[in-house]
Formats: sequence, C-alpha cells, structure tokens
Amino acid sequence: MTARIYVPGDAGAVALGADKVAKAFADAFARRGLDIQIVRNGSRGMFWLEPLVEVVTPFGRRVGYGPVKPSDVETLLDGGMLDGQGGPLSLGNVEKIPFFAKQERFTFKRVGLTDPVSLDDYLAYGGYKGLQRAIELGGPSTVEEVFQSGLRGRGGAGFPTGIKWRTVAATPPQQKYIVCNADEGDSGTFADRMIMEGDPFQLIEGMTIAGLAVGATKGYVYCRSEYPHAIAAMNKAVLAARKAGYLGSRVAGSDYDFDMEIRQGAGAYVCGEETSLLESLEGRRGLVRAKPPLPAHKGLFGRPTVINNVISLASVPFILAEGAKAYADVGFGRSRGTMPIQLAGNVKYGGLYEIAFGVTLGELVDDVGGGTFTGRPVKAVQVGGPLGAYFPTGLFDTPFDYEEFAKRDGLIGHGGIVVFDDTAEMAKMARFAMEFCAVESCGKCTPCRIGSTRGVETLDKVIAGVDRERNLAIVEDLCHTMKLGSLCALGGFTPYPVMSALTHFPEDFGRGSPLSIAAE
Amino acid sequence: MTIGQSAAHGAARGRYEAWTPARGTEIIADHLALEGPALPIMHAMQEAFGYVPQDAVPLIADALNLSRAEVHGTMTFYHDFRHEPAGKHVVKVCVAEACQAAGGHATSAKISEALNCGYGDTRPDGQVTLEPIYCLGLCACAPSAMVDGRLMGRLDDEAIEEIAAEVRQ
Repeated sequence: MTARIYVPGDAGAVALGADKVAKAFADAFARRGLDIQIVRNGSRGMFWLEPLVEVVTPFGRRVGYGPVKPSDVETLLDGGMLDGQGGPLSLGNVEKIPFFAKQERFTFKRVGLTDPVSLDDYLAYGGYKGLQRAIELGGPSTVEEVFQSGLRGRGGAGFPTGIKWRTVAATPPQQKYIVCNADEGDSGTFADRMIMEGDPFQLIEGMTIAGLAVGATKGYVYCRSEYPHAIAAMNKAVLAARKAGYLGSRVAGSDYDFDMEIRQGAGAYVCGEETSLLESLEGRRGLVRAKPPLPAHKGLFGRPTVINNVISLASVPFILAEGAKAYADVGFGRSRGTMPIQLAGNVKYGGLYEIAFGVTLGELVDDVGGGTFTGRPVKAVQVGGPLGAYFPTGLFDTPFDYEEFAKRDGLIGHGGIVVFDDTAEMAKMARFAMEFCAVESCGKCTPCRIGSTRGVETLDKVIAGVDRERNLAIVEDLCHTMKLGSLCALGGFTPYPVMSALTHFPEDFGRGSPLSIAAE
Repeated sequence: MTIGQSAAHGAARGRYEAWTPARGTEIIADHLALEGPALPIMHAMQEAFGYVPQDAVPLIADALNLSRAEVHGTMTFYHDFRHEPAGKHVVKVCVAEACQAAGGHATSAKISEALNCGYGDTRPDGQVTLEPIYCLGLCACAPSAMVDGRLMGRLDDEAIEEIAAEVRQ
C-alpha cells in the first residue's frame, strides 16, 4: 500500500493555504523520489491549526502537524515527519487534542479522517451500513426508526424529521422528491459545507434512505453557489455512488430506485427558506410560498416532498446503522442527539464542535472556544445566524437546546455561534440585521419588504441621536409587526437580533444604564 | 484528488466566448432534459459568456414556454447573475456578521481603498469588479474573501497587498 499523507481540501483549510501546502508536498516528494499519496481530506474542524497535515506512519500511527506553511515542508520532511517524529509543529494524535477529544462525533465521525470522495474509504469506515439496515427494515419501519431517534430539523426550525417523513410516506404512491437544503447562508455556520466537502457519501446515503423510507425516487441537493468546493465534492461522490450501484435503479441490489442531482443556488439568502428553495429549484424567482399546503403534500413541482437540511439528512445513516436509541440516548429535554456547533467570528479556537445538546453557551464560548482571539472581553454572541439573537455574557448559563433558547427570546438555528468582543457596536449590528433583511427580502410580504427598509432608516436616526426614544418606539413597533406579520422566518426573525441588541445593550442605543440581567 | 483547483471557477479571465444566438440556443438545448432547467441554463450562460446576455432572455422564454417577463424576473432576482461582463478580476469580500466580528469592517474598507474601487462597482479601466458577499462559510477563519474563485481567510494587510498585486496583473 502506498503511504498516505492528508492535506485538507476543505474550503476553510484552502482559504488558509492548504492548496499551496499540498503542492509543496507534491514537489518535495517528486524531488526526493518518494511514492506517497496526498489525500485531500475534510477538515478536523480545528481551524486555528489549519492547514493541519496528518501522516500515517509505517506503524499505522496517525500524527498531525499544523498549522503548516509551504515553507515548512522541507523542514518537516528533514525532521522525520513521515515517521511521525516531533518538532515544533507536531500535534501528536489529533484526536487527543482536548477540543476534539471532548466531542461526540456522530455525524462528523468520518470528516477529516477519510478521503471524502473515495467510496472505498467510506465503506471501510462504516459507510452504507445505515442503508443496508433500511433495506432490511423496509420503508415504514425506517420512518419509525427516524421518528424514534427524536431527530429534529437541523436547519434551524427544529421540526421533528420523523413527522415530515411520515407525512410524505402517507401520501398515495406517485412521483415524490427528497430535497436537501444546502443553502447554508447563515453567517457563522459552515457545518453543511464541511459535511459536503468532508463526507459527501454520508449525505447521499441519508438521502437514499429518505427516498426508500417515503417512496421517493429522485433527490436534489440545492447547494449555495458560494460553496464551489462542496458542489465539486458532491458531484464527484454522486458519480462514484452511481457507478458502484448505490444510486440509480435497484439501489445496492435492493428493490428500491433512487437517484439524485446537485443544483446550484444563485446567491439569494432567502432560498434557504424551504418554499423559496422549491420555487428556485423549479426555475423561478425565490418567492416564499404561503403554507399550507405543506411541502410534504405539495412540494417540488407540486409533488409530495421531504425537504431537510444537510445535517438532518447526514444524521440519518448513523441513526439507522446504530439504532434510534443510540442517537436518542444523548441530548437534553426534547433536543435529542448531537448538534454540530460552529464557533466563529472573534474566537480563539474556532471550528466545528459536535456535542450532545445541553452544553451551556458559556462552556462553548469560554472553555471550548477560549474566548476572543483579540484577547478582549466577550461582549455578545449571536447564536443562529443573521436571524438569531445577540446574547450577553449574563445569559451564558443557557443550555444549548431549542426550547431553552426560545425561553430567552433566542434560537439555536443552525448551530452557529459568532463571538464579538467589547468593541462591537450593537446599534450598528441591529442596523445591519435590518439592512441584510432589506437586501435579501424576496419582496412578497409587506412587513419584511417595507419593514426592513424603514428599520434601517429609523435605526440610522437612532444612531445619529435624532429623537431617540420616539424612533426606538418605532423600531419596537416595526419589529412587532415583522415578527407577527411576515410570511417566513426572514422577516419574522429579523426582530430577534434587533430586539435582543436593544434589550441587552440599551446603552449602545443611548438608553441609560444596562438592564440588569440578574433581574430576569 | 484535487478539489482545490477544479472548483476554482472563473479564475481564468478572457476565456469567455462572445455571445451568439446560436451558441445560446445550444446551451439551452443542453439543459432541456432537466427538471426546472432555468437556473442551470442561466448558470451555464454566465459560465460561457461571463454574464447572462439580455438577448438570451427571449430564447430562454421561448424554449421553456415562459413569458419574457418571467425569465427576466428570475434572472434579476438572483445576485449571482450578471447583466454585463465583470472586470478582469472579481473580488468578493465577505461582509456578514462573523467577518465583521473579526475586524471585517476595517478590512473591507482597506480592500476597497487598495483596489480603488467601490463595492458593487467595476473599475473604469475594467481591471476589477468588487462585490460584497454574505458569507463564504469561512467563519472560523474570518475575515474572508474570494479572489477570482480562490478563497482567502484571515485577511491581513499582507493578504490585501497580495490581492492588490493580483488585480494589477
């Protein structure tokens, strides 16, 4: 077997120079006459160490080095890197690094470990065991297994996946679809991207199981265009799966047919909303549809459609392979299983941290994330993307759980946590939330379309100190109208960042002293 | 495998074809077997010509049995589709929250200054188009940008100078 080194092909690692590092290794190997395979794996999710290069030693140990620059390559090779020798960049076994060791990697268990587009690697590390079990169980029992796991939509809404599947399964036999929402537009989130780039077969397997479960024969992944690496990896994996008989007619030798395509978005944030996404897939403007009818009844091209987020679907192979109980055994309250949490923004140890629900926000930001990289105190964290609330450190005891966040007027969304230090100006962040909503609004409903524009204008007056109290009252009123009157979460949730900024940081809006959090 | 290189689309400027109705018709025909072919057609047009030509609208409408207004509506709804060719280099700078938290405000302003180009503009000499982008998914190595399809994270002054040098070429 040819020796292997791993240089991540993950977009995050590439943005930090991984392509140049891979090339430097290839050149060095050629110069030294070494026959070593360079595998472009996914990222281990520790971005402060990227590019993180791993070597498999002749004794089968896997040793990491990072962050590696192209100029480090010769020194590393001279220092005995290929035998796992130490040196200033040596990280030892990367799975023993506390950030990694403390995780519960269910969905991300293969990401960073394998060659993402090698079906052999996928099979060698437990791939397609879930599909095998689903084939043995048959459709109805597979749906029940997913229901029993307690899996809830990881895109943000947290709707029980099993109920969606049951609804579609209960519709009369006809053309049905599985649509994967890979329009991960929330700032501070990259879990979907890392799955598609780091373990694309898992998503394919999850969609195939979904198809078998509900009687759908066609799947679409709608991936945002900002993720070219993810699209490329998915396309390669789909081809490989089809060639090996895991997609197409009689999937894996069973009586089920299922095939899928990758479609590219075109830079519209609102297309992450499921009905807008369906409109876009059908080739129209991404205008939100009124519900009902639910996509489960009338979805893509008016047909019954399961539409789930990447992480929801990628969680399914584990649930089928290990059993619903193994998944449901971890978690908190009604939030079962694990959540891939993304630590981002001004954070010292940023990256992907998959853990059972229930960990507190403070543990995540301070203990796991190590606070800010600027070394300044944390002022606020925005959880759940541009539509998520800003939480002050006073709320750091909040457990990571759908209901607990809702109780405090927040949401976990897709699991992104963006950390801000004390230089953040919260009135400007509130204004940005309105501005973002105005730019990305599909325009169908008035509260979102007009409310966001009026919100920007009014917050500009607040920031300029014009009639502050009167204008803040208008902002509050606008938020109330948008929250209750908008057709979808874009207009409906933009009030979360705005109102949370105003509630927790009133002094940033020129309103007296900070409210006491302890009083809540 | 080399995900890195293969995905860096749009990197080689000047490789775009000139618009002809015949080529447009051919691109449309290539996609008619797809369900919901409108967006794939527009992406393919942009890939081929660097933008979606206005003259393509009636052809697409005809082929898909849609009104021109519907096709125009679709094309103009999405931020990605260009109505005219971009500059020789395209620089997209993330302006979303995670990048802002990591000092993105200062970085995005510096890039605009270094390139002598405003956001949403193409410089008069056609050398560069500068665009804001809402999230590249590089939020743990912010601030970030995409330069001619190439990703860059943790932008600092050195990286900005690198971008400026690339744009001068």
